[in-house]
Amino acid sequence: MPGKLKAKIVAGRHLPVMDRASDLTDAFVEVKFGNTTFKTDVCPKSLNPQWNSEWFKFEVDDEDLQDEPLQITVLDHDTYSANDAIGKVYIDIDPLLYSEAASVISGWFPIYDTIHGIRGEINVIVKVELFNDLNRFRQSSCGVKFFCTTCIPQCYRATLVHGFVEELVVNEDPEYQWIDRIRTPRASNEARQRLISLMSGELQRKIGLKVLEMGGNAVVGYLQCFDLEGESGLVVRAIGTACTLDKLSSGSAPNTNTHMHPNTAPASNACNSPSKDGKEPVFVEDLPSSSGPPTPFRALPTSSSPPPFSPSKPCSRQSSSSDTDLSLTPKTEEPHSVRCRPGIFLCPSSPILSTDTLSLPGSGSVGCGRGSNPRATTSAPLSSIQSDSALLRKSVSFTEDLLLAASGMGSGGSAGKEAGPLRTLLRQQTQTALEQRGASSSGLLLNAREFPFFTLTSFPPGFLLHVGGVVSARSVKLLDRIHNPALGNTRSYKLLDWNSVTADEPETRDAWWEEIRQEIKSHARALGCHAVVGYSESTSICEEVCILSASGTAAILNPRYMREGCLDIGCTDHRFEEPSPPNCGFCHIPYDELNMPFPAQLTYCYHCRRQKVPDVLFTTIDLPSEAAVAGKGCLIQARLCRLKKKAQGEANATAISNLLPFMEYELHTQLMNKLKLRSMNALFGLHIQISVGENMLLGLASATGVYLTALPAPGGIQIAGKTPGDLSSEHISSIQKRINDTIAVNKELYQINPPKLFALDPEVFCGINMELAEEGVGSPIPEPRHRSRLFRSHSESSDELSELDLSHGKKDAFVLEIDDTDAVEDIHSLLIDAPPPTGFYSCNTENMPGISNWTSGVQMFTSVRVLRLSNANLTNQGLNKIFTDLCENLLKSFYFKLRSMIPCCLCHLNFTVAVPEEELIQVTVTAVAMTYDKEQTQEKTAEKPVNKGSLEAEEQLQFPLELCADSSSSNIQTASKISGVGESTNMSPRVSSLERCSPLQEGRSRSLRSSRSFGGSSVTVVKMTPLSFLPGTRIIKYLGIINMFFIRETTSLREEGGVSGFLHSFIAEVFAMVRAHVAALGGNAVVSYSMKECVFMENPNKNQAQCLINVSGDAVICISETDQESSASTANTGQTGGSETDGAT
Amino acid sequence: MSVELDVFVGNTTIMDEEVYQLWLDGYTVNDAVKVRMEGGVMDECEASKDVLLSDTMDQYRTFQMCERLLHSPAKLANQLLFQIPPHRQIMLIERYYAFDDTFVREVLGKKLSKGTKKDLDDISTKTSVTLKSCRRQFDNFKRVFKVVEELKGPLVENIRQHFLLSDKLARDYAAIVFFANNRFETGKRKLQYLSFQDFAFCAGQLISNWTVGAVDNMVEDMDVDLDKEFLQELKELKILITDKDLLDQHKSLVCTALRGKTKVFIEMEGSFKNLSRGLINIAAKLTNTKDVRDFFIDLVEKFIEPCRSDRWSAADMKLYLTHYTNSAHILDTFKHQVVWDRYMGVVKSCIFKMYHD
Repeated sequence: MPGKLKAKIVAGRHLPVMDRASDLTDAFVEVKFGNTTFKTDVCPKSLNPQWNSEWFKFEVDDEDLQDEPLQITVLDHDTYSANDAIGKVYIDIDPLLYSEAASVISGWFPIYDTIHGIRGEINVIVKVELFNDLNRFRQSSCGVKFFCTTCIPQCYRATLVHGFVEELVVNEDPEYQWIDRIRTPRASNEARQRLISLMSGELQRKIGLKVLEMGGNAVVGYLQCFDLEGESGLVVRAIGTACTLDKLSSGSAPNTNTHMHPNTAPASNACNSPSKDGKEPVFVEDLPSSSGPPTPFRALPTSSSPPPFSPSKPCSRQSSSSDTDLSLTPKTEEPHSVRCRPGIFLCPSSPILSTDTLSLPGSGSVGCGRGSNPRATTSAPLSSIQSDSALLRKSVSFTEDLLLAASGMGSGGSAGKEAGPLRTLLRQQTQTALEQRGASSSGLLLNAREFPFFTLTSFPPGFLLHVGGVVSARSVKLLDRIHNPALGNTRSYKLLDWNSVTADEPETRDAWWEEIRQEIKSHARALGCHAVVGYSESTSICEEVCILSASGTAAILNPRYMREGCLDIGCTDHRFEEPSPPNCGFCHIPYDELNMPFPAQLTYCYHCRRQKVPDVLFTTIDLPSEAAVAGKGCLIQARLCRLKKKAQGEANATAISNLLPFMEYELHTQLMNKLKLRSMNALFGLHIQISVGENMLLGLASATGVYLTALPAPGGIQIAGKTPGDLSSEHISSIQKRINDTIAVNKELYQINPPKLFALDPEVFCGINMELAEEGVGSPIPEPRHRSRLFRSHSESSDELSELDLSHGKKDAFVLEIDDTDAVEDIHSLLIDAPPPTGFYSCNTENMPGISNWTSGVQMFTSVRVLRLSNANLTNQGLNKIFTDLCENLLKSFYFKLRSMIPCCLCHLNFTVAVPEEELIQVTVTAVAMTYDKEQTQEKTAEKPVNKGSLEAEEQLQFPLELCADSSSSNIQTASKISGVGESTNMSPRVSSLERCSPLQEGRSRSLRSSRSFGGSSVTVVKMTPLSFLPGTRIIKYLGIINMFFIRETTSLREEGGVSGFLHSFIAEVFAMVRAHVAALGGNAVVSYSMKECVFMENPNKNQAQCLINVSGDAVICISETDQESSASTANTGQTGGSETDGAT
Repeated sequence: MSVELDVFVGNTTIMDEEVYQLWLDGYTVNDAVKVRMEGGVMDECEASKDVLLSDTMDQYRTFQMCERLLHSPAKLANQLLFQIPPHRQIMLIERYYAFDDTFVREVLGKKLSKGTKKDLDDISTKTSVTLKSCRRQFDNFKRVFKVVEELKGPLVENIRQHFLLSDKLARDYAAIVFFANNRFETGKRKLQYLSFQDFAFCAGQLISNWTVGAVDNMVEDMDVDLDKEFLQELKELKILITDKDLLDQHKSLVCTALRGKTKVFIEMEGSFKNLSRGLINIAAKLTNTKDVRDFFIDLVEKFIEPCRSDRWSAADMKLYLTHYTNSAHILDTFKHQVVWDRYMGVVKSCIFKMYHD
């Protein structure tokens, strides 16, 4: 269906001099969309040309509108030779396709050239006339809104959350070895930029289609990534959470979206949907009866009598053992097992097993998942140590005992152990799920059900019931095999190759991810959870080896907010019937305490005393706003380097697979120690990145530590020598003293004063049970790398725990064992993390626990540091030190640079590590510094533990009630009408303040400059933040997603100030282009900004360098909260609203 | 192990004023780090030397990238590359165009040519302003000169508008441009005691009184050149010294007015004719470009030095010049009152300004 795209080229300014003779430029512009190109007249001899062109009109399919960017090329006219390109502007017109986002794109865009960077600016106006397409067979998905924000966007309300959507597209990389190629790098880089722009458009459209088919109108938490796989191609993949969103302020005209975009095509259409082209054959084959609309649902019960993905006992145990031996015992799979797409494949045998064994027999794949509990992970690596082939047999039997106790690894095993209750539970779930399915009709529902994942990290109150812990999975793959069908071990993949080689690729990648997702899902299930929240996926590629990682937080969600059938929810579970207090409910364990997936130390909740909580909680989500915390949070990082022998192909993949569990374990141990050291008991926003290089692996885990008052106080850390007299006891006691001092200092620093009511003095008890611990952990296993190890005392068992009452005051006793000097080093490194200087706090989550009274100072920044290691023989220890120092120094630099903002907090510190070359370590950080009001903080924290909980609980009530009405009656219109009444009162002030807002900013800058009275236009100030909000402001409109990809190259590196100068200006240019696009959409801020990719390559000998950057975010209009004061009182209840406005003023 | 690459880019460009000044002053990164360490900035945030070094490098890079924009400050306001709050932009521009008085004193009145630029290293050693800073300042002068040279209308206003400078700085630049254009001699030993601000003041007087724009700002000419017609008319003043009667009359009028009001009356009476001749001769010769260049040296030689050797105080000087100027109006036969005022007004205030140690 057609749409009409109109573009007008108005003027240019600051153009570069293209004609040396006249010092001027004869510029003209080519406007290209799809295959149509228009040209403006040449504007002779001017660096500030005024073209003022006619409207160039493109009549195109809306499918193309979604896929293609508008390409604007500025050229210098040359009579005798070819015209020289000055630069280009790509405009993504997607924001114009939403009914309620931007209506016009108009403004100055930097003209960008891959070699010269920004060369002047061009003023362009773009409009779209879209004819509504009601064709259910359409391939476009105009109107589906995309948000990078990982929470429900501020001016929207989620009426329904549909679930997980994912897609990926694959193409050849126009250039993968730029330095070696003989062709102009500029040409291939431009081709690359264009291609990726196209691919992102296509990907977004396809995801949109899936959302429409699910009946949603938006994707929240949209995460798009590129995998530059080199010779094997370019993968663009995305995941997100499909939702139905209602605009809050549109009280008078609710539900425009729902009307505009007829939802849910019948199932048959879904199957035929071209977006699933590649998968179709599989689908059809598996579900031959799905041609008629009513049949699919019928077909299901019969074929899926054992629920396809419920971990039934035997298979899951098998899967867990296969985890451990995978890389060592290449199995030649039965071809058909590969074909199974779990969830759709309806074979009653064990599909879960197939996901694990699916990995290339030769490539070596290791899944290493992890639960929240520390104790669990202490044993996790043990199972992987067994990967030593000599010990294989032994270890498997060993797993029987230990793995069951392990959380991640033991996901399968533990599920297996779970006897009756869970099993019946599962059966009930499937039944209810099947019943529910009658109502909804999408074939894709299966998909959503298949992976009950949510990319959101924060939720409306009442949404998140319980949190189980972190689940993660990693898998090592070999990339080059796909393109070599001749090789024997690609056999299994060839079977997926239904049509052609190209069709094979996305299918392969899909299968890889599906495998990982299955694993995540089974881990979650082992934790007794039906959903995974805060879910994300990532890759790390080095040569032909690729590590795929996925992680999330197992959780139980309130089924009321879900689309029916989107989760397998055991509604019968007694634990859900009893409403939990909002400020501690999410901490309560979701798993059965009698059949715990891992040995955890449970106590009754320190807040409500009614239910059990674990002693430590790790999650990938943000701290729920209603959670009761004591003191402030802080950034906690675990850093690790592991040397690896250089190897090729399979051997390399195997080596990496073998290293991964060790790394995960050590990272986890570090996190745990550092958490204890800060006297905290929970981690939020945990993100573990493992990056692979030719000769080393880098691991970086970041999280925000916090003291949850619902959880028991953390115990101290006890130092013990392995054997008495091993090290002088004096030495040990001095270390012990240092640790105790540090804990005390940290308590002070982060103001951790848990309410005395429940705070039982943490009594650290000594690790007398050392012997026992030794035994339990299993001495037969060689432990070459773990010199210092963290043990939990075995004095309690989980069985005893169930009978413990509140008076149980035993705290964790962490025993840090020193058996040689390296262990001492480890402890030193533990203590080396300097606390942030006075006036600074840091976290990597959306909200800083303990600080909420932000003032308006915001400074987003990106920092990149690359370290070259000297070629001296480095040990793991040495490398760790270097890596740790690198991260610490970066933080110190930030504190110093931002010292003028004190008191201030660095939020959303996002570290990314990479090993771009053999001896290089690259760390990229994006974060935002925000100022806050110190006075109020202290006040607040003082009253917080007591007041905040009850206060917030009251406050939150509004929302859930509203929502309940919604989902139960499913009549959205009435609900939004009701809410509309409340909102309509806010309407007028909001609109007026909007009008006041944007001119205000310009006016201010103008007035400041008025004394200088220069006639030039001022540039709109565009704020950027990785968070979903801007302090002191309120977002009134989302204008669309910003997703940009740039390549910059140079052949005159030295002249541009070396690598630092080159990258500095490139990052500044990227910021500038993002700001310009946002301003052109009419926005004044970017929220949820992130730099997804920053790939830097250099060749100093040739004086060359190249860099790729991918950024994304949500363009928004926000207005100052002070303008809102009148409406704030109606919109927000009570003190929170009041204090926020206070903070803003 | 070495840091290969290290950048920090803020959405709002972070600029430390102290580092900016060090950069402007031409310090190398290492020297700047030393200065900052001595300044005690390290204590502020538990920073180490590495942190300072990294921060200084970042800032230096930022400034280097900004420099291009600072060359045409108007661009800074509507460029897109750096997001800099308006008050910061003003600070950047103001500081970039600020100069050292000691340096400008050396090049004041010199031709802003390549030749002068080659001498900058000598000036740098002499003034102990770093060569880098000298170059920046010199290039600023030259850039402003080039732009303003072509423009019509009031000089100060032109500079202010094109370079977005403060009024004070714009006036200083006007002085520099004016001196460079007319090539006033300022380097002679006898003029060494005068500061740039002395000259800037005089330049201001000359610009606002003796140029074409001074009488009629609608004129399509510039403020940079002296009013040729006026200079021609100055010849008429000669009558005050060539006509014996007029000279005596003038002297007696002045002496009557001064009698009893000053301790140096005798000296004043004695040197009246000499001083008057000196001032009038300067006026009469201003049609020659060469003599225009020597205007200040002439003032010093012909007037200031004789007075100083007679130990006139500044107040004496003021008193004398006021009466000297006013008395001419009472002379019946002296018809060139307007030219006289226009001439003496400027000369008087210049001498006031220049009459110090």
